Amino acid sequence: MKPFDYIRPESLEYAAQQQQRDGGRFIAGGTNLLDLMKLEVETPERLFDLNRMPMAQIEPEGEGLRIGALVSNNACAADPRVRRDYPVLSRAILAGATFQLRNRATTAGNLCQRTRCYYFYNTAMPCNKREPGTGCSALNGINRIHAILGASDQCIATYPGDMAVALYALDATVEILQASGGRRHVPVRDFHRLPGDEPEKDNVLEPGDVITGVVLPPPPQGVQLYRKVRERSSYAFALVSVAAVVRMDGERIAEASLAFGALAHKPWHDPRIETLLAGEVPSDAVFDKAADLLLEGAEDYGHNGYKIPLARRTLKEVLRNATGGGQ
Amino acid sequence: MTTRSMDAPDTRNLLDHTAQGVIGKPLDRPDGPAKVTGRATYAAEHDIPNCAEGVLVLASISKGEVLGFDEEEVLALPGVIAVISDERMIARSAQGGANEAPVQKVRNVEYFGQPIALVVAETGPQAQHAAERLKVRYRVEDRDNVAINPDEAKAEPHKEPTIQGDIDHAMKEAAHAVDLTYTTQGQVSAAMEMHASIAEWDGHTLTAHSSLQMLNYNINELADALDLEPERVRLISRYVGGGFGSKLGIAAELVAASVAAIELGRPVRVVMTRRQVFECVIRRSETEQRLRLGTDADGRLTAFGHEARVSNLPGEKFAEPVTQASKFLYAGHNRKLAINLARIHRVTAGSVRAPGEAVGMQALEAAMDELANAVGIDPVELRLRNIPERHPTMDIPYSSRKLAECLHVAAERFGWDGSDRRPAQRREGDWWIGTGMASAARVHNLANAQARVTLQADGTAIVASDMTDIGTGTYTVLRQIAAEMLGLDPENVLVRLGDTDFPPGPGSGGSHGAASTGSAVQLACETIRDRLVERLGCKPDELTLKDGFATCGNRRAAYPDLLQGADIEEIGKFEVGKIKGQYSTAMYGAFFTEVAVNAWSGETRVRRMTGAFGIGRALNEKTALSQCIGGMAWGIGQALTEQLMFDRRDGHIVNPDLAEYHVPVNLDVPDLDAVLVEERDPAASPLQAKGVGELGICGAGGAICNAIYHATGVRVRDFPITPDKLIAQLPDV
Ligand SMILES: Cc1cc2nc3c(=O)[nH]c(=O)nc-3n(C[C@H](O)[C@H](O)[C@H](O)COP(=O)(O)OP(=O)(O)OC[C@H]3O[C@@H](n4cnc5c(N)ncnc54)[C@H](O)[C@@H]3O)c2cc1C
Ligand code: SF4
Repeated sequence: MKPFDYIRPESLEYAAQQQQRDGGRFIAGGTNLLDLMKLEVETPERLFDLNRMPMAQIEPEGEGLRIGALVSNNACAADPRVRRDYPVLSRAILAGATFQLRNRATTAGNLCQRTRCYYFYNTAMPCNKREPGTGCSALNGINRIHAILGASDQCIATYPGDMAVALYALDATVEILQASGGRRHVPVRDFHRLPGDEPEKDNVLEPGDVITGVVLPPPPQGVQLYRKVRERSSYAFALVSVAAVVRMDGERIAEASLAFGALAHKPWHDPRIETLLAGEVPSDAVFDKAADLLLEGAEDYGHNGYKIPLARRTLKEVLRNATGGGQ
Repeated sequence: MTTRSMDAPDTRNLLDHTAQGVIGKPLDRPDGPAKVTGRATYAAEHDIPNCAEGVLVLASISKGEVLGFDEEEVLALPGVIAVISDERMIARSAQGGANEAPVQKVRNVEYFGQPIALVVAETGPQAQHAAERLKVRYRVEDRDNVAINPDEAKAEPHKEPTIQGDIDHAMKEAAHAVDLTYTTQGQVSAAMEMHASIAEWDGHTLTAHSSLQMLNYNINELADALDLEPERVRLISRYVGGGFGSKLGIAAELVAASVAAIELGRPVRVVMTRRQVFECVIRRSETEQRLRLGTDADGRLTAFGHEARVSNLPGEKFAEPVTQASKFLYAGHNRKLAINLARIHRVTAGSVRAPGEAVGMQALEAAMDELANAVGIDPVELRLRNIPERHPTMDIPYSSRKLAECLHVAAERFGWDGSDRRPAQRREGDWWIGTGMASAARVHNLANAQARVTLQADGTAIVASDMTDIGTGTYTVLRQIAAEMLGLDPENVLVRLGDTDFPPGPGSGGSHGAASTGSAVQLACETIRDRLVERLGCKPDELTLKDGFATCGNRRAAYPDLLQGADIEEIGKFEVGKIKGQYSTAMYGAFFTEVAVNAWSGETRVRRMTGAFGIGRALNEKTALSQCIGGMAWGIGQALTEQLMFDRRDGHIVNPDLAEYHVPVNLDVPDLDAVLVEERDPAASPLQAKGVGELGICGAGGAICNAIYHATGVRVRDFPITPDKLIAQLPDV
């Protein structure tokens, strides 16, 4: 680990300004950042410890709910309001990591967690995300956990997390304090980026931006599901995951909101699928059309081709379970 | 010293004629409370004043030469003391039992991840940072001249193949036959405790705390590396947090710490990171196994072929002995067993728990299932029909073998019904359900061993040997053997292990530790019993020892009265004599399992698993069963999740941590049902005990593969059976 200055800021505003001016990283639970620092994948000059900032509350916001940036993943998943009104979020969180990690991990830290690309973690390997311009080792390397959608020739990494996939399905909003003192609200679906030519940028945060919380819209009606396919029963990242919020109107699908994990550099959300499903009587044929849309342009980089049929199968499984239709 | 060589079966069966009644009992481990409360001090945890911290630097090329280091830059960093790249340091781990230093030319790089230097600093983080920063200048060998992947090298026969009869002909003539290729991916031991050493040099003697399995060999390996006489080296490994083969031989951190301690004149600690343990210690070779099995119309084997291709670094003598159990487990006159070894530039391949059978039985037992389906009989019946009377090629008898009993007992407990083996018949919601079974087999090893037993004047006893307890229960079983032989409450026996100042044991490896060292303990105790007989003045067979009292005819005396202030001390020296080769001696068992396979995703979950095992005398029922259960848990990992992934371009391991190398977690392991079948084996050891540490893994993965087939109708012949491989063949839902 590279030596660094440790700063416990007096206020969020101060932290935002200092970080914008001097650089460095915010630290919350540290479960991702510290691992990366030990490997010197991340080498910040200074850390701003946010843990004493008053951002650990879950409180009503309008008819929705506001989850503070520092609320631990376990606290969020266990909150009775979250469990009752947003079960997809609770389930997605509980499908991630381990109990111990979830006790430390926070809402904002989880949103900002970095890719698990093997080559990103190995400082002996070229990696555009870690060191822009050095090349992408995964492209011709072992890429079984990599993206099939939205990748670029600069980077084919995935966003690995679960919680954010549920937030995409719920259409939540990220609340950001800027160094200028202003506040910005970014729809979570616009928060993460595709790699393009700047794979070093995971999301739209600018220097000095601090996440203060995530706002959930009023509770959606209908069925909420989170399905995570993984190699072992716990403590494994998703091979593919699907978050679904589906409302039926009699025989027909009234509204479906779907998001997909482990397919791309960000949780994947494709409004065309929702348009397609709305008003349809659920059937395997319809589900297959939805999968066709999802997987349009999906690419196999050598080891991750299985994700294409797996995403199709998992989507159909979720839609069958959510609508009670199909077959 | 009492020496005895085992030249014939020891039919005296002493432990069934002693009075204390503690042998075999499921006693708790004496070291357990210390371990769970953190009072057991592991190698890295010794608090040694003025200790400097070292971190290994590993090569980031596959083959070539280290031309130099830019030391100045890192020596200028805070706390950095030295960069050491010394000809004594080792580039590879020693193989189990090597007894001499492994390859030492660290500047000559032979694989990605090879240790090339040590950075020493005042604190661990300082050394870690400097090691990360250190720039290395290399001459890199042209990639075209370097074989990195198994398919880039020609495999050469390793040792003479076993050839008997004419297998090609027998396969043609067979009423039923299968000719299959199974593959398994590389694996690692992934012991909880990472390799760690602290070395101290007093100008004459080197003392090291280290995490090792076989001190009796390790001391010579280290002495050879340092060019010191073994008398000037002392190794201490009182507690070892798991080894599974990875600590059989010394690893790079021990020699690096020792060299640094000698050079710097102060103690040096080197602890590998988890990634380093993966990258530079030991891997289990990947295997490609061709199985040719042919039977007559009744399912009696006439052809038995098992040919494997494995890999290792140039110069290594070890080749994963994949066909080890195939030599003796099943009948079949026409045989061909062969191991072919490809020389490739990846980290050293060596022994990982049950070298040979762990992967060989996994594939053989899956192939046997395919054969049973071809014949159309219950796979249990196929096994029963093919238990040979005598060793199929050596024509020697089996010393003991509970295979049939284990098959029956485990089938009964599991509720096995083998009458209808049609696949893809049972569905519960989104899950396909199926059952499968496999035999277990693992060769029994026995080794020379010494142990000192002291019956102290106060009536308590001390056992001492350089034998290790790597979490298996050695402390517990040696205590029970001494307590049984000397008629003592086990609480009154203290066992001291893991120090080369004690008499040499064989160490922990190849499941031979307890039976071998235990036999030395028993031997020392026999002599102590003789001394007591002398003092009591009675006949040996009149002597009864129990609860600290010696009774002979109508005389009864407490030990302190009998010993009159003087200890009785004896070293038992047990030697494997002419018994070797007279019998085929192995441990046997059977696995039955039920799995659920998700019809959508191919995710497989083991729902239940039963294992029955014949291991000769169980010295402690609880520690023995724990070994079996641990083996079965690993079998789940082998079958479903564990695999080393190597980058084809340079041979580096891409998943060198426990987040991406998937060992099973608690949720993957159901309540495993393991049971022992009562057995005595007078040819296995004077204790009539065989080994147990490795048996539970030998075949377990095959049973799971068979259950997956039964559940889904999909046969995956490439382990581990991950969801991607299953959905490639699973039908639409
Ligand atoms: C072995 C392992 C397995 C895991 N498995 C899973 C899994 O299956 N599913 C899953 O979803 N996750 C998994 N995780 C990831 C885990 O969820 C994340 O590590 C965790 O959520 C990060 O939260 P944290 O508070 O510890 O973040 P930190 O490590 O403290 O920070 C992470 C990043 O967020 C930034 N950050 C933190 N707070 C703020 C803020 N308020 N404003 C702006 N930036 C901020 C930091 O600067 C840093 O860049 C796993 C992690 C590990 C180690
Ligand atoms: S996929 Fe992205 S993170 Fe991985 S090596 Fe390529 S650039 Fe780096």
